[in-house]
Amino acid sequence: MSSFPLLTLTAALPAVGAIATAAVPAARRTTAKWLALAFSLATLVLAGIIATRFTPGGARYQLTESHAWIADFGVRYELGVDGIAVVLIGLTAVLVPFVMLAGWHDADVLEAHRPNRNWRPTQGFFALILLVEAMVVIAFESTDVFLFYIFFEAMLIPMYFLIGGFGDRAGAHGEDEQSKQWREAPPMRAVVGDGRAKQRSYAAVKFLLYNLLGGLIMLAAVIGLYVVTANQLGHGTFSLPQILQARAVGRMHISAVAERWIFLGFFFAFAVKAPLWPLHTWLPNAMGEATAPVAVLITAVVDKVGTFAMLRYCLQLFPNASNWAAPVILVLSLISIVYGALLAIGQRDIKRLVAYTSISHFGFIILGIFAMTSQGQSGAALYMVNHGVSTAAWLLVAGFLISRRGSRLITDFGGVQKVAPLLAGTFLVGSLAILSLPGLGPFVSEFLVLVGTFSRYPVLGVIATFAIVLAALYVLILYQRTMTGPVKAGIESMKDLRLRELVVVGPLIALLIFLGVYPKPITNYLNPAVKDTLSDVHKSDPAPQINAVAKETAK
Amino acid sequence: MDHLIGALVGAPLLGAGILLTGGRRLDRIGHWIGCLLAAVSFAIGVLLFADMLGKSGAARTMTSHLFSWVPVASFQANVSFQLDQLSMTFVLLITGVGTLIHIYSVGYMEYDERRRQFFGYLNLFLAAMLLLVLADNYLLLYVGWEGVGLASYLLIGFWQHKPSAATAAKKAFIVNRVGDMGLSIAVMVMFTTFGTFTFGPVLAHATSASQAKLTGIGLLLLLGACGKSAQVPLQSWLGDAMEGPTPVSALIHAATMVTAGVYLITRSGAIFNAAPTAQLAVTVVGAVTLLFGAIVGCAKDDIKKALAGSTMSQIGYMILAAGLGPIGYVFAIMHLVTHGFFKAGLFLGAGSVMHGMNDEVDMRKYGGLRTYMPITYVTFGLGYLAIIGFPGLSGYWSKDKIIEAAFAKGGTDGWILGGVALLGAGITAFYMTRVMLMTFFGDKRWGREAAQEPGGVAQPQPHPHEAPKTMTIPMIILAFGSVFAGGLFSINSSFLHWLQPVTGHTEGHLPVSAAVIQAATLVVLAIGLGLAWRQYGRQAVPAVAPRGSLLTRAARRDLLQDDFNHVALVKPGEYLTRGLVYLDHSLVDGAVNGTAASVGGLSGRLRRLQNGYVRSYAVSMFGGAALLVAATLLMRGV
Amino acid sequence: MNPVNYLYLAALLFTIGGAGVMIRRNAIIVFMCVELMLNACNLAFVTFARLHDNLDGQIFAFFTMVVAAAEVVVGLAIIVTFFRSRHSASVDDASLMKL
Repeated sequence: MSSFPLLTLTAALPAVGAIATAAVPAARRTTAKWLALAFSLATLVLAGIIATRFTPGGARYQLTESHAWIADFGVRYELGVDGIAVVLIGLTAVLVPFVMLAGWHDADVLEAHRPNRNWRPTQGFFALILLVEAMVVIAFESTDVFLFYIFFEAMLIPMYFLIGGFGDRAGAHGEDEQSKQWREAPPMRAVVGDGRAKQRSYAAVKFLLYNLLGGLIMLAAVIGLYVVTANQLGHGTFSLPQILQARAVGRMHISAVAERWIFLGFFFAFAVKAPLWPLHTWLPNAMGEATAPVAVLITAVVDKVGTFAMLRYCLQLFPNASNWAAPVILVLSLISIVYGALLAIGQRDIKRLVAYTSISHFGFIILGIFAMTSQGQSGAALYMVNHGVSTAAWLLVAGFLISRRGSRLITDFGGVQKVAPLLAGTFLVGSLAILSLPGLGPFVSEFLVLVGTFSRYPVLGVIATFAIVLAALYVLILYQRTMTGPVKAGIESMKDLRLRELVVVGPLIALLIFLGVYPKPITNYLNPAVKDTLSDVHKSDPAPQINAVAKETAK
Repeated sequence: MDHLIGALVGAPLLGAGILLTGGRRLDRIGHWIGCLLAAVSFAIGVLLFADMLGKSGAARTMTSHLFSWVPVASFQANVSFQLDQLSMTFVLLITGVGTLIHIYSVGYMEYDERRRQFFGYLNLFLAAMLLLVLADNYLLLYVGWEGVGLASYLLIGFWQHKPSAATAAKKAFIVNRVGDMGLSIAVMVMFTTFGTFTFGPVLAHATSASQAKLTGIGLLLLLGACGKSAQVPLQSWLGDAMEGPTPVSALIHAATMVTAGVYLITRSGAIFNAAPTAQLAVTVVGAVTLLFGAIVGCAKDDIKKALAGSTMSQIGYMILAAGLGPIGYVFAIMHLVTHGFFKAGLFLGAGSVMHGMNDEVDMRKYGGLRTYMPITYVTFGLGYLAIIGFPGLSGYWSKDKIIEAAFAKGGTDGWILGGVALLGAGITAFYMTRVMLMTFFGDKRWGREAAQEPGGVAQPQPHPHEAPKTMTIPMIILAFGSVFAGGLFSINSSFLHWLQPVTGHTEGHLPVSAAVIQAATLVVLAIGLGLAWRQYGRQAVPAVAPRGSLLTRAARRDLLQDDFNHVALVKPGEYLTRGLVYLDHSLVDGAVNGTAASVGGLSGRLRRLQNGYVRSYAVSMFGGAALLVAATLLMRGV
Repeated sequence: MNPVNYLYLAALLFTIGGAGVMIRRNAIIVFMCVELMLNACNLAFVTFARLHDNLDGQIFAFFTMVVAAAEVVVGLAIIVTFFRSRHSASVDDASLMKL
């Protein structure tokens, strides 16, 4: 059974689904939707099978597949998953069906403008989502740096079209209209343009340029890695297991300078994707302009590739450089945490607010990764899952809210609780998850990250803990302004959640509670992988001053 | 028997789950489901209590390990419970008073369309509070800690359509979060110091940690306690929290949740005993809050806010006692229990008054209600006598012990703390007598207002009436508690013997004899009573508050706490976030956009060279070729 | 006769052709000037072949002739088409890549 290419199949299935969905005739939009949903559910089943076939604590990379691909350059088609990858593939596979359901009508053709009969945005929308899923999955699976790089870059293309092509129908009521008073001169001519389309294409281009720049620098580093391996091993290779193996037996000695430069090249790309302050400014634009489901896809799925890659590539390939750069990265992530939270408080646009909270949360993830403790890294990996689920729950409900009112401005809402209690209630649960209330998933991971950071860097840990107060502020202020108080004009006739929307939100909330109460099944997958990574970077957890546990058991 | 501990938390949690997800179908019976599950929890509590009484010594501590919660390397968090005498005391108080207040709420919330949700939140609160007192480690305690904060948030803001309620709820949560931050950092310090945060090992080895660590942990725990128990400097939320329905104020903001800080400090006694600096800080916070709350309580015209000030002050007593170390722990908890009875009773009484007065809360619009609501009058009156420490009633036994313990601390500290506690007793007598007189005695001042407000909207005349039975019965039971609990606990020092194995106890040495202190307490009490009667009993209460002295005006504004927070925290915070939003646009994003714009500008200029004329291209080609040739020649020359 | 003189001639022809390309506007004349430059190059190639005593230069000259012939075919066709649509043979009228 080991020869069965399960990983390839998991990545290929949504890709095939994308082609099939795109091929559905223009008139049969509903068929296309159900087809895409079926493919995403089938992928979920495969992800489940991966999880059951994987043995936590067994070999480091399991279910491996390895084939020569571009033999002249040592590029191999190598797949393999560790515990973290299994969990993140699961997260991706779980979220995509919800994203599709939530965006069920986002790409419907408006009867008013239909250029020609062959125009079929619906098919495109769902096909692109499936395409993104396929690429993200294979990026999680790949153990060959070059293979990873290709899909890391390639996923920008469908994302670009999803952001630029399918805007939010919230009309002209966005932050930017309001924010004109914040800046005398608009920074780019594109912004001054009339209408949402220009805003949207500005956001999409910004997304693309930022990430392409990161990718370009990474490409240089990838080539550098090839040169180094070619020098050291006699044949260039991009294979992660081969490089790790060579280092373990002492055949790889990268000079400190080279290691640092290559590390920085990789890290830059991942930091743009993640995004880390000060490379974050594409995210609020992209998330603000995209529809809520696409915004979820950006922040909950695609961006996870960045933080995942830090764990897998930065730490494992360049342990010394990682330790060297850790202090600076920790400070940057701390800035991200506090800065994102403070900016979230100051936002007037719901979706931009969510984007800034994500920046804050990505700060936590990166903090946990580079704190180099078991708690920090397990926490960071778990945080990726929890952030994905909680942001999805929160932002999708926010999306329902926005599409009902046709506005993203916080001031356009008020008293929603009175007219749509279910919507308000689910929004509240999502909000509480975001502020990491104990009992819901994010608390566990946030606390692990904080403890992990604190045990090595007490001051950083304390400063990061301030963010829990800031999180309460931005979340509750938003809830108070939109949901409570007297019912505002334009809200009176707001409908409560429909069945389809409940199907989206209900399971996500259940998942949040499950992750908060019993995260052990997930940590079982994560812990062995984190242990391996920590031994790669030659770090062990700081020992407590008084080992009370040992003393108790000794008694 | 030990498995039942889980059921103690499980029952109300189940109730919350059913009520909050059950939908409208349950509207008609939802409140009874809530009451039933609270009662079930109480019954289990009583069962466990009986079981515990049957055992002796160390066997009384029961533990129950449910499952491993977050295992990551040496970080092992478990969901497991520990039920000892201290937890048991809390369990009985929480479920007992909780059940009574559930029943009371059936009547109080009768006409509210969201009554089912209200009971769901109440059950959620019970579950979280029980989790808090039953947890066997600090992280699980933290879960309960934030859980009660959530329930408090939901219940304060229960009438969300009122902006004031929504604001108060948010404020309570955020101020509490500041405290929670302290608690969570304390857990982190424990983890790095002891390698665990389970009560057993941490407390057993507390003395082997360095003084600095212990003081740090102590102060951080105190910060947590300040947030939850509304102690200075995190006290500002409690007054606003009175926006919530009155049963909530009785249960959460008087009897149980706000006492969680006292529980935390008593539970962590071993740490505080080893850290005198932290202990001193605890007593100072307690003493300051004691006076602070009492002064605020004197000036409020809103009956619930006056009671809130009183709660703050009484918890100040408990914190003060807990800060005294082993001489005070038992009395802190004893006062906590008796306070749970009489303060819950007082709040329920206030709720009953409001129920009969069209939700009017201004005491200046009450007066002479004793003939209209006899049961409320009697039960409220008994609670009143208990809180001021009238000899023989509950409050007398517990508060007197705290005052004695404060003097027994010894040295200058002892005199100052004892003096403050004594003074507090006098002020308590003053403000509570004021509440009593303004509400139930004097002329009736209601009914006049419609005539007095020219052009105002004609309000319906209040028709004060006694509350329904579901409301009066809990009040009567609580009144019994207010009268007898303290005395019962003091027979043979039974409460002391009960708690001593957990908290430890040492007798302090009083600088003067106990009788002198008791006499002094009575004298102070009489003075407070007399002053209040002179001001509010002998002369009529004006319907509009007089301007008052500077202190009165400051006290009406909660001694300027909100103004301070506004100037010191809120405004700078607003400027900071606005400034950052601007900077993010102009500086961080601006730098990137600036690069993009300059590249764009450069290419615009370069574009002009591409004019389409073949000749000019040809010239540039020849020029380039000529340059190349020249360069080649030059290079050869070098 | 010294073969170097042929090189001087080639340079002269090339310069005349280059100047013609840059100065003249009539497409036909520009075109002939390009041919002149190509032929100057051919002359230089052949001369170099003679100077260095090998055949490389002569082979290159053949290549150049083939390319020049191909270029004439394409170039003249473009010029004729252009003249038909614009009624002009001036290269300045062809400054845009569209009509």
